[in-house]
Amino acid sequence: MDRLRLATVWLGGCSGCHMSFLDTDEFLLEQADVAEVVYSPLVDAKEYPEGVDVVLVEGAVCNVEHLAMIQRVRERTRLVVAFGDCAVTGNVTALRNPLGGALPVLERAYLRASDPPGAIPEASDTVPELLDRVVPVHAIVPVDAFLPGCPPSGPTIRAALERMIAGEPVDLPGHRIHFGGYGQPPSPDGAEAMPSRAFRGGRPRGD
Amino acid sequence: MAVTTLRLNGAMISAREGQTILEAAREAGTRIPTLCHLDGVSPVGACRLCLVEVNGRLMPSCVTKAAEEMDVRTDTEQLREYRKMIVELLFAERNHVCSVCVADGHCELQNLAEELGVDHIRFDYLAPECGVDLSHDRYGQDDNRCILCTRCVRVCDEVEGAHTWDVAGRGARSRVITDLDRPWGESSTCTSCGKCVMACPTGALFHRGASVAENVHDRAMLRFLITAREEKRWTV
Repeated sequence: MDRLRLATVWLGGCSGCHMSFLDTDEFLLEQADVAEVVYSPLVDAKEYPEGVDVVLVEGAVCNVEHLAMIQRVRERTRLVVAFGDCAVTGNVTALRNPLGGALPVLERAYLRASDPPGAIPEASDTVPELLDRVVPVHAIVPVDAFLPGCPPSGPTIRAALERMIAGEPVDLPGHRIHFGGYGQPPSPDGAEAMPSRAFRGGRPRGD
Repeated sequence: MAVTTLRLNGAMISAREGQTILEAAREAGTRIPTLCHLDGVSPVGACRLCLVEVNGRLMPSCVTKAAEEMDVRTDTEQLREYRKMIVELLFAERNHVCSVCVADGHCELQNLAEELGVDHIRFDYLAPECGVDLSHDRYGQDDNRCILCTRCVRVCDEVEGAHTWDVAGRGARSRVITDLDRPWGESSTCTSCGKCVMACPTGALFHRGASVAENVHDRAMLRFLITAREEKRWTV
């Protein structure tokens, strides 16, 4: 059997999801027998190739380069997986959205929050132009599976990849879904799992 | 006491007079997801997560009294889809960023998303500009995380008796406010008892100084206070 053609893509994210991918430890070796990584920040390939079976897309879509990339990825890939909270929800990358468009964000970063005030990068500079709004991957192209988590834990990634390699549907059972903090399983009794740090001083006064 | 008999997911159960469908279902061991509901304060039917199908019609189980010959279904395909949609809309309405939230790992909205299988949000995020009030010396309030369940309003009014909290504005512009929209720290009615913080299901009300994932709403303490009050343990 041909090896699965696997790719990973890094859009607007911190690369933490890729770190978590590496955190699948010895599974990386097992995976190498059945899957070939044809494109990734972790391997030396310049062009996103044709005929990719599965791609893990980390990060939100926040500039024109991401926009072009995700469209190319969709055209050339059978299964697109939104990989981690930024790809799934926008997450930290989308924190700038309440500020309005790209210009107010650049003004805030380069003029007001910069001491001494700098200059907003020009379109002729090498940095890609920001979109007015940071959006999750599925807002631009159809997504086949979602792997939330900031980042998704190693075991979650492994579970998803094993199913994809086996050609099974990748809808994850509920206990694997978790937005936010690294690999935390949902606490059984939700809000009451442990005393808060701010609260440890004793009982609140004023009752 | 009069007892009502009704059908719950096909099985016959009994409910005491005045009990809601939610209470009767819980006693029968059937879980119905809730969010605005808080034991010990009056129900408002605001979040619609506890919708059930009663003789083919959808009704909020927290405010619907159990009645004779009701045929209640709590877990139909339609209900599952609506509950999922409600949670997604709550995520889309404000800025809920679990990874940097004080309530990460201790949040009822986050837990419900997981329970209901919400793995992404199908709606466009509104990304509204929201305020954070850090004027109180012990607690903080963050509109980015508020789902307008009004637990804080009800617990402050009905249990503490202060009625510091209320809701201002309409629709998507609604906000919980203290006094007549004065900063929380300048409120003349707030007793700093912290029951609103204990009651909040998300990271909207929190202990100052709590960082990401550090805020825990002490629901056990709140339950203790409410039970003691209901059983009049402190009456002299």
